[in-house]
Amino acid sequence: MKRFDIEEVRKQFPVLDQKVYGRQLVYFDNAATTQKPLCVIERERDYYLNENCNIHRGVHYLSQMATEAYENARKTVAAFINARKSEEIVFTRGTTESLNLLATSLGHLLINKGDKVVVSAMEHHSNMVPWQQMLIREGGELLVIKMDENGILDLNHYAELLKQRPKVVSIAHISNTLATVNPVKEMIRMAHEHDIPVIVDGAQSMAHQVIDVQDLDCDFYVFSGHKMYAPMGIGGLYGKTEWLEKIPPYQFGGEMVDKVSFEKTTFNKVPFKFEAGTPNVGAALGLEAAVKFIQSFDRQEVERHEDMLLNYATERLKDIDGIRFVGQAPRRNGLVSFLIDGIHPYDLGTIIDKMGVAVRTGHHCAEPVMTFFGIAGTVRASFAMYNTKEEIDIFIKAVEKAAMMLR
Amino acid sequence: MTIKEIQDSIVEDFSMLDDWMDRYSMLIEMGKECPMIDTQYRNDEHLINGCQSRVWLHAELKDGKIYFTADSDAVITKGIIYLLIKVFSGQTPSDILAADMGFLDEIGLKEHLSPTRSNGLLSMIKQMLIYAETMKVER
Repeated sequence: MKRFDIEEVRKQFPVLDQKVYGRQLVYFDNAATTQKPLCVIERERDYYLNENCNIHRGVHYLSQMATEAYENARKTVAAFINARKSEEIVFTRGTTESLNLLATSLGHLLINKGDKVVVSAMEHHSNMVPWQQMLIREGGELLVIKMDENGILDLNHYAELLKQRPKVVSIAHISNTLATVNPVKEMIRMAHEHDIPVIVDGAQSMAHQVIDVQDLDCDFYVFSGHKMYAPMGIGGLYGKTEWLEKIPPYQFGGEMVDKVSFEKTTFNKVPFKFEAGTPNVGAALGLEAAVKFIQSFDRQEVERHEDMLLNYATERLKDIDGIRFVGQAPRRNGLVSFLIDGIHPYDLGTIIDKMGVAVRTGHHCAEPVMTFFGIAGTVRASFAMYNTKEEIDIFIKAVEKAAMMLR
Repeated sequence: MTIKEIQDSIVEDFSMLDDWMDRYSMLIEMGKECPMIDTQYRNDEHLINGCQSRVWLHAELKDGKIYFTADSDAVITKGIIYLLIKVFSGQTPSDILAADMGFLDEIGLKEHLSPTRSNGLLSMIKQMLIYAETMKVER
């Protein structure tokens, strides 16, 4: 295991070393997507240079090699989140596709007229709209766990909702707008007392926390590669084998079938029955490289560094006149969402962009969260392992200067 | 002044400032001079779609010329809409519809706006042209 040396880490991310509008780039939009280390870029490049082939059906050498590499990537990802076996990992395009798969397939299996699904008040649109639309089709009902003004879920309300016997619970591990780390292990235990399956949206957690799906005992865990240093277009769905066996396929086509006639089709075994068509093999290998990259460090050391960044940024922001934090749960991770009195987040984002600082402004694909707080949007600064205290100083200076211009 | 003359003077103002921070400061200052929309028109009907910030735009025809008023909850956006109001307000519908908007490229505004803001800019222009089109028919 390597010692976590920030200078060495940054060398792995050449994109960070550039000037925008003549100023050193400060990249604080990691919750949207992280940058990619050289090892990931090189892995995908190498695949296309030397190994490219369609998998699972070729008799020839290259196809067998590519198949083996792809299945090894599945094993690496499975081990990373402590799945029981690699067949419990389905490769998808990312969190959004994983959740659409589950809303559709679980919808077919479990949801009838009048049935209910539970999500929380802080979900990303990706973990709400697919359920909402499925429930409209099936004539079911969406139940929403309330939160308080600090961005903490009301577990008493959750317990009440569980008594209504919903068919599924789907919740974010870490909120992409409020940074709240939800007590998912406890929430899963509570749902299981009623035999209700739980899906955890891990889009914001995979890069920052050690995930152990057996310890959590979640039924499904979904994530995106591109938010954890891997390429875009690849992600995953972990599902307990008994569930993956039970739920019907999502998409149909080649690869996912067993026997096909004009009268009838039988499907391939898990996980292949969920992987219709040619998968993104190159990106899957990139994801494997990203997992190995994360694993090459002492995870606790990385967590400490990232916590330091969040705490330092929060402390420095507190000194800014008129600051209002959106999301003040005691357990937060990875990002800080805020507003400054009398200043539109979009204006602030525009001005600090010109000073080289990349943040996100707006509703962050969580409009109901903004409605709850009665705001149009926030400024969100989100961090990754390669960010530094010095970058936060630049960010704070930029925010101060922008606030002065905009008041 | 004609639309072309106003555009030329804006291009001149912008070209005197080489730093984009100064240009933004100018837009922010301009936003403060924007002719404010009457509160009765500050509603959803007058909201322009396609902006991350909210922009309300109203138009009135007086003696064959269109006069625009506007507001936005973001000051840079307000500066941008005022820039367009400066160009179009007090002009006839036909002149507005015939205007060449190449000056926006000359001042480099479009390329310096984020894609969402650039879409917003196009939505603002489109809405002004719609007003001109409707008022041309009304005459």
